[in-house]
Amino acid sequence: MSDRIKGTSTSDPAGTEAALTKNLSRRTLLKGAAAVAGAAAGSDAIRGFPTIWAQEIKDIELRHVGVSYSVVKAIGDQAAKDLGFKVTMQNLDTSAAINRFISQPNTVDIADLEGWQAKLAAKRGVIQGIEVKKIKEFDNILPIFTKGEIDGHKIPRQGISPYEAMYIAKPDATDLNDGVTEWATFLPQVYNADSIGYRPDLVGHEVTEWKDLIDPKFKGKAAILDVPAIGIMDAALCFESAGLIKYGNKGNMTKEEIDFTCNKLIELKKQGQFRATWTTFDQSVQLMAAGEVVIQSMWSPAVAAVRVKEIPCVYAPVNVKNGKEGYRGWCNGMGLMKHLSGKKLDAAYEYLNWYLSGWQGGFVARYGYYSPVPSTAKKFLTPAEWAFWYEGQPAPEVVNDPYGVAMEKAGTKRDGGSFLDRVKNISCWNTLMDEAAYMNKRWNDFKVA
Amino acid sequence: MQPSPTPSPTPSRSNLAGWLYVSPLVLVLVPFFVAPILVVLAASFFATDGFGGLTPGFTLASYVEVLHSALTLKLYLATIKFTVLTWIFTLIIGFLVAYFLVFHVRNQLLAIGLFLLCTVPFWTSNIIRMISWIPLLGKEGLINQALLALGVIRQPLEVLLFSDLAVVIAYVHQLTIFMIVPIFNSMARIDKKLIEAAIDAGASRFDIMRLIVVPMSKSGIALGTIFVVSIVMGDFFVVKVMSGGGSASVVSAFYEDVGVLQYPTAAASAVLLTLVLVAIVSLILRTVDIRQEITR
Repeated sequence: MSDRIKGTSTSDPAGTEAALTKNLSRRTLLKGAAAVAGAAAGSDAIRGFPTIWAQEIKDIELRHVGVSYSVVKAIGDQAAKDLGFKVTMQNLDTSAAINRFISQPNTVDIADLEGWQAKLAAKRGVIQGIEVKKIKEFDNILPIFTKGEIDGHKIPRQGISPYEAMYIAKPDATDLNDGVTEWATFLPQVYNADSIGYRPDLVGHEVTEWKDLIDPKFKGKAAILDVPAIGIMDAALCFESAGLIKYGNKGNMTKEEIDFTCNKLIELKKQGQFRATWTTFDQSVQLMAAGEVVIQSMWSPAVAAVRVKEIPCVYAPVNVKNGKEGYRGWCNGMGLMKHLSGKKLDAAYEYLNWYLSGWQGGFVARYGYYSPVPSTAKKFLTPAEWAFWYEGQPAPEVVNDPYGVAMEKAGTKRDGGSFLDRVKNISCWNTLMDEAAYMNKRWNDFKVA
Repeated sequence: MQPSPTPSPTPSRSNLAGWLYVSPLVLVLVPFFVAPILVVLAASFFATDGFGGLTPGFTLASYVEVLHSALTLKLYLATIKFTVLTWIFTLIIGFLVAYFLVFHVRNQLLAIGLFLLCTVPFWTSNIIRMISWIPLLGKEGLINQALLALGVIRQPLEVLLFSDLAVVIAYVHQLTIFMIVPIFNSMARIDKKLIEAAIDAGASRFDIMRLIVVPMSKSGIALGTIFVVSIVMGDFFVVKVMSGGGSASVVSAFYEDVGVLQYPTAAASAVLLTLVLVAIVSLILRTVDIRQEITR
């Protein structure tokens, strides 16, 4: 899986002259506001330390490595500016990243980890526990992550939920701890709820259930995500929605459940249901924009990227009903590699604290992702942006993407509604099953069938 | 390498000279080829805890798993299908282009110019070359739009993109040059007088082709075949993109294994593929003595 946000940065072909000028002025304004706020936050961070600290950290370089939709250069640049040391963002795809963390841990300082990767990294002993006390905003992190609940709603634990992967008992423990401790494996920084994207003009009715993806009506016009660990979850959501099977735990299937799922996928493939499968953000945008498919599993910013091309595309609100449906959640966080110590470790903690201080939360909100500390992100969003992205209200004015390109017209409502509506309807999380090796083999059977 | 015509003064000195000759190649091959292969070989015999941890030891479990799996057979069949189809088309096109350049373009400067023209597509990356087929072949692509406009078809042809056809088109486009170059090279060495003599002796064009041109281009064909076969069998990206993820290859399967940290099975598959390729290449070399043909 590679670029989730790249597509959104492409220029807007529909931008009229008037909208452009408006954008420009708004953008400059925003930039100014962000810079002032950033400078304030930055000076605050540095003021807490003697000047000698600023001198010493000057030569420090932090290498933050991970997938492109989570480890974003613009965010690293801003952090470097605010913190006074060097931050290098390096992008790899999901599998290359976890392989690098495990086989060359010393070439990475901050590892971008999903919940299941945090579990693996802890198991392999390549990360050190994050001391929760040193994270200033820790108590403001949504309890989705820190306690596994929100608003009294228990966050489902099918797959590896961020809460499940969050804690270890001791800084050097290799097994996850069920329950809150003083030591975290990773610090959540960006997350979202994935579902289906579709062309409302060609599908003809509102999609709220996963089973539409495997409806024979869309034969040859549907696509599914081809990252085995995630794709099989989307497939499972479809089959459960169609009433074909009831899984014990979609996120950790038994061999029989894997067999059922993959055999069903092979059957569908042979019937010509899938026009293609996709692995990168761009591919999913292209498939939809070029008219190859009308319905596919999709990521929220990809749907937006299709809409920017003036092609109608809707992100299906697949709210949980009757114990079926629901979004597939994912969350990327930051892990501290084991080799970090001394000044570099201090700098790394500064960096983690900066991440939760709001600038980054504002940035990712503008392409549809969420911050684990919305209270700080809010300070970096305009009231209109906050209303649109987090509260699910009609946009009071044109909404721009993080790079200042107009993305949504005034009056548009975010698909799936407010933040709480969406996260409360997450029914499973990205995962690595115990039977991952077997699942992978069966997925390849599907590919070659 | 040919033995030197004059006998060396002492055997030890000639030994030393021999080693010096090969040392640059050895210096490159040992650290960048032999060592990694040995690492992969070693890893293929290790045991794993399923989460990326390797236990040094010696077990054949990974090989048993790979060789016992019906998946392996299917993957090889799929890969070999792409290899054979690509080979046939690159050979036909490559041979005809080389033949035209050598025997029909009288002006040597023009021939070299046209030959260089064949390399123009290689000025850009092969990923771009592959992806540029997508807007051409898609449902709403140029070909389908043209055919629809002409009234030849009513529904867009879906088989053009995200299909085996698309994979073969991309491979042929990428790899024909690897056939043209060696075939051109060996054809250019054919003495034109030989062909004139054959014509004088009453040989038909077909006979000339069958009895002179093809046999004398054998080394070029063999070299081109080695390039094409080893590239297609070692690739997974073209299959992934052009089949729209609808097909897999041997390499894509073990790349997925690496993705879920199943190093030993991935290593065993890699070793197996290397052995298969070595077998194919030695078969080709056995059929055509390239060394003799080149030094002819």
